[in-house]
Amino acid sequence: MSADLYQQALVDLARAAHGAGTLAAPDGSALRDSPLCGDRVRMQVALDAGRIMALAHDVKGCLLCQAAASLVGLHGAGLNAEEVKALRGQVAATLAGGAPPPGWPELSLFEPVRPHRNRHGCVLLPFETLLAALDSQTRA
Amino acid sequence: MSFSAAKWRGHFPLLAAHHDLHYLDNAATGQLCEAALDAVTSHELLHRANVLRGTYRLAEQADAAYENARRQVVAYLNAASTEEVVFTSGTTASINLVAHAFGDGLKPGDEVVLSLAEHHSNFVPWQMLRDRRGVVLRILPLTADGRIDMAHLGETLTPRCRLVAVTHASNVTGAVTDLAPLIAAAHAVGARVLVDGAQAVQHGPVFVASLGADFYAFSGHKAFGPTGVGVLWGKAEALEKLPPFLGGGGMIGRVSVAETTWAPPPRRFEAGTPPIAQAVGLGAALDWLRTQPWEDMHAHTTHLAQRLSDGLAVLPGLIFLGPRDLKNRLPIVSFNLAGIHPHDACQILDEHGVAVRGGHHCAQPLMDFFGVPGAVRASFAPYNDEADVDALLAGLKDAMRKLG
Repeated sequence: MSADLYQQALVDLARAAHGAGTLAAPDGSALRDSPLCGDRVRMQVALDAGRIMALAHDVKGCLLCQAAASLVGLHGAGLNAEEVKALRGQVAATLAGGAPPPGWPELSLFEPVRPHRNRHGCVLLPFETLLAALDSQTRA
Repeated sequence: MSFSAAKWRGHFPLLAAHHDLHYLDNAATGQLCEAALDAVTSHELLHRANVLRGTYRLAEQADAAYENARRQVVAYLNAASTEEVVFTSGTTASINLVAHAFGDGLKPGDEVVLSLAEHHSNFVPWQMLRDRRGVVLRILPLTADGRIDMAHLGETLTPRCRLVAVTHASNVTGAVTDLAPLIAAAHAVGARVLVDGAQAVQHGPVFVASLGADFYAFSGHKAFGPTGVGVLWGKAEALEKLPPFLGGGGMIGRVSVAETTWAPPPRRFEAGTPPIAQAVGLGAALDWLRTQPWEDMHAHTTHLAQRLSDGLAVLPGLIFLGPRDLKNRLPIVSFNLAGIHPHDACQILDEHGVAVRGGHHCAQPLMDFFGVPGAVRASFAPYNDEADVDALLAGLKDAMRKLG
């Protein structure tokens, strides 16, 4: 079970840490904690007309959380808040047993997480933090 | 040593049903002993009725069982009387009861002293009281290895201190608090003392009278009893002075349209239908535990904790939380391996049949002190054996191969 969970492609995705770092002048940022395990994600976004031009994250979390953040770093540019909100729902649906959304094939790496409900939050946290970062910009 | 872990394990039906399980999450929940299971089953099958209300024979049997459970708690705690034993839903409820019943009598500027080693259950209720009543929280610091630093007692306990609320033993490091000087210092400034005994009760009978605290809280499920039940023990004179926390049936003297008078303790603090069968189960668990060979069992669990500590010490990148020696420490071992998140380690350990907890353990201020977001925690009970330790160490080596 965990051999699938920690398949090499997922480990590589986490280690790649796409998007890790900070932005010099972000338009929006958010910090979110997982109340279950204490994992923490900081997400920053730079925007143009409401769409993500650049993003950066700092993850203090498990490998699943790191891999999900890396995935956000890989594909997050170009999305707006509505699309990220929809994407968050699609990721939750994927964890519940649905197919990964188009354009995010790496989400299939998280399919072995499905039976481990207490770990779903680890995968969702970067997406929720990205949404909060976009929301912070909207409210600013 | 006459103690046999295998024989003791036989008293726990779940462990008998899961031969390959290495259950090392006893600081979170102990397994249910057969004495408690039998008592709950028997009560629900033969004596189930509400308590302190009915005059029919079944209700009187339920009353007798419930009050007998209170006597069994008295015996385990070496307390003075059943009036001192309040059944609650657990340690959290017990502490919240004191935070309201005692805390709401405090004035702005009064002080409550905690330590940095507290479980959230003995932290958050006092922060809520602070926000509700304007009391000041003062925090006892820790020594470098995570013990409550008694050198700071004098400066932390001022004449404005009204209550000291501290853990009997840390749920992360297992460090046992040196309560005697702390309680003496608290009483010297006129403060009450509440001890969070959630981790201590499953490691042997408690002597509340000689301990000297005013309140002692614990949970049934950590003491090999049912979930959903706990105890607040309080000195009779301390409980007598407190108003009720929750209002409802069972806790009143007389209710009229104009006013309500309160029942005496402990019923004053048991509004509504209490956890009757759970209390009966807890009483049975404690009654059984009271007769166990604790000296041998302590030696056994300490040996297991030492074996684990020795096995961990040779692993590269080990980060150990808390005192390294096992003097004045419960058999709880928390640690991290560099580059491996505790959740990932625990997930892989599960593949080896090892059940341990990873995370902040509801002790985030303590995690901040150690500078880590979380840790892997192995916590031992007398039914554990060397095979449990060895399976944990083998699982960690596998985690290092996969993720290190």
